[in-house]
Amino acid sequence: MLYRRSFVALAIAFVCLSCGPSFAQDKSIVVTSTTSTQDSGLFGHILPLFKAKTGIDVRVIAQGTGQALDTARRGDADVVFVHAKPQEEKFVADGYGVRRHDVMYNDFVLIGPKSDPAGVADTKDIVAALTAIKAKQAPFVSRGDRSGTHQAELALWRAAGVDIAKDEGPWYREIGQGMGAALNTASAMNAYVLADRGTWISFKNRGDLAVAVEGDRRLFNQYGIILVNAEKFPHVKKEDGQAFIDWITSPDGQKAIADYKIGGQQLFFPNAHARGS
Amino acid sequence: MAQDPTALALVLGGDATLYAIVQLSLMVSLAATALAALVGLPLGAYIALVQFPGRPFVIVVMNAFMGLPPVVVGLAVYLLLSRSGPLGFLGILFTPRAMIIAQALLVMPIIAALTRQTIEDLWVEYRDELTAMRVGPFARILTLIWDARFSLVTALLAGFGRAAAEVGTVMIVGGNIDGFTRTMTTAIALETSKGDLALAMGLGIVLIALIIVVNAAAWGIRRVGELRAG
Amino acid sequence: MRAPTSELPILFEDVGVDAKDVRILSEVTLALRAGAPTVLIGPNGSGKTTVLRLAMGLLAPSGGRITWCGRDRTDGRRLAMVSQRPVMLRRSTFANVTYALGAAGVAWARRNDRAEELLARVGLSNQAARPARRLSGGEQQRLALARALARDPEVLCLDEPTASLDPANTKAVEEIVTAIAASGVKVLMATHDLGQARRLAGNVVLLVGGRICEQAPAPQFFSSPATPEAAAFMRGDLVI
Repeated sequence: MLYRRSFVALAIAFVCLSCGPSFAQDKSIVVTSTTSTQDSGLFGHILPLFKAKTGIDVRVIAQGTGQALDTARRGDADVVFVHAKPQEEKFVADGYGVRRHDVMYNDFVLIGPKSDPAGVADTKDIVAALTAIKAKQAPFVSRGDRSGTHQAELALWRAAGVDIAKDEGPWYREIGQGMGAALNTASAMNAYVLADRGTWISFKNRGDLAVAVEGDRRLFNQYGIILVNAEKFPHVKKEDGQAFIDWITSPDGQKAIADYKIGGQQLFFPNAHARGS
Repeated sequence: MAQDPTALALVLGGDATLYAIVQLSLMVSLAATALAALVGLPLGAYIALVQFPGRPFVIVVMNAFMGLPPVVVGLAVYLLLSRSGPLGFLGILFTPRAMIIAQALLVMPIIAALTRQTIEDLWVEYRDELTAMRVGPFARILTLIWDARFSLVTALLAGFGRAAAEVGTVMIVGGNIDGFTRTMTTAIALETSKGDLALAMGLGIVLIALIIVVNAAAWGIRRVGELRAG
Repeated sequence: MRAPTSELPILFEDVGVDAKDVRILSEVTLALRAGAPTVLIGPNGSGKTTVLRLAMGLLAPSGGRITWCGRDRTDGRRLAMVSQRPVMLRRSTFANVTYALGAAGVAWARRNDRAEELLARVGLSNQAARPARRLSGGEQQRLALARALARDPEVLCLDEPTASLDPANTKAVEEIVTAIAASGVKVLMATHDLGQARRLAGNVVLLVGGRICEQAPAPQFFSSPATPEAAAFMRGDLVI
């Protein structure tokens, strides 16, 4: 008898207790961002600094740029932090975002097998490299997920005069996943892949891959941050969200970004107050 | 999580992040199972005992839903809880509470379907006796659930196992937020995508060990109970 | 104490029971009044269990009429039954009895005391904590009796209560049944044990093939059976 009642009580207690933590009184905001910022470990470095200063918990949901903006369009985020300027500007123009701010940049690198079947290593010309890859039909992994990296890749194909949607062949593999997954696949297939430097530096499963092309100006990758428009979504935490944007574009936040290094290498370069931002 | 240590080192060293993830995983899956049981046990028993129009159809659907794809459940709950969805005003998307609700929905058909089968079998045994004692319909449900409790524990464990092992549901409705909604399974998915396969595998082993511990505890309770009450 | 609504007499008027085109009972006319036990005898499959279930109100007749104290329905509160192979709940012996008390509407506060009394009455006090499923056949039969008595019945129906018991256990159960009958409960019992019928019956009803072949007070039935079937049955010569 006692046994039965205590069992039921335990079950109910569990359900109640488990609901407790979500009611934490801490301030918090939801930021949708990209997998590249998450996988590189940047957030793990800068967010505790922000929390120590303001007490605001930043909850980052790492999705591809396209998905991050979509989540915000549904009103499920307070701030968006991605790297696809045309899409970001459209987001603001459509009334979902308040204003776009530059935050930092890094660069993309073309990763490929050390055996370099397309013969592109050290060319320093990304467009020529892509043309060669297509000509030789060397295996190439694409993220295919509407992320900032994917958008950049598509722009580079266009710059090379290739209509990749029409001209793709079995050598072009779209996997529809994040940067880490793309690198894993490229590593397993010994294929070329366009990656952001930050994720590449912290990626562990390199197999036979190395940097093939870097330094081309067209590989420049700008990150922007936008506050979701509270007029469209009244529940958006606009003060706390703006506090985060203010901090990350402030000297303190920018310094925190610059200080983040892996193996002595800086991954992201703050440029919130560069000309033309 | 620190850059290079193995999962074993993290466990033995009492790494706070790992322990927080383990705690969250257990809490979410156990709470989801408890919630699913609260609904699924009486529901399964009711369907077992009561004849109503469309009963065979309901049973078929319930059995089929045991195999609900987690990612589909996750997506459905996400659309419900999204701010642009009908239950958006609750504001619980991307929190552990949403994960518990979503997993409970995933697991409830399993518990209900297995309960129905167990109770139906037991009813065949108990029918004459309970009818002669003029036990009312509500009391019948409680009696059968209690008397079948050991078999039902197995049903609960099946539900818990499903909850603890799945990644699709909690990933979508939880968002895999570091320090807030990251569970063992989503952490494993993340470490895999980051290329840290050794750590991912290590975490996988820790997860399996946890599930074994829970099962062992349930077995222990069952043994003690059986000895006491036959 | 319950309000003294009586469930006796139970009258069967030309009752028939059909199940899927098979006639199980026909033209059963019977009056069960208070007093000495009524024992139903007859070959296997002659309908004894069906008669008991009808008397309990668990089965509705296909033809004819049954009344309890003039009423067409019974709520079964003062009726109790022990089946041929009683099912033990997966609980302790004590808990089985308290369960039956609960089902009979006894208040929480009184259940423990009543359960102890009932277990003492059937001689199972020392097995109270034991899981009921671990009891021996005879003990389970006695526990089933205790559960039935928990309803404080006016009518107690027993379906071959000692069918699978050895002589010692049979005797123990018969003693309890005799005591119950002596305390004023109307016992209606089915058995195929003639010796038991002789020992316990006040009235005997012989059922053959779903019909009442003969019914009479026990001494008369056993000393001078009116029908050839009754005589043949008692010799063990009755073949269906």
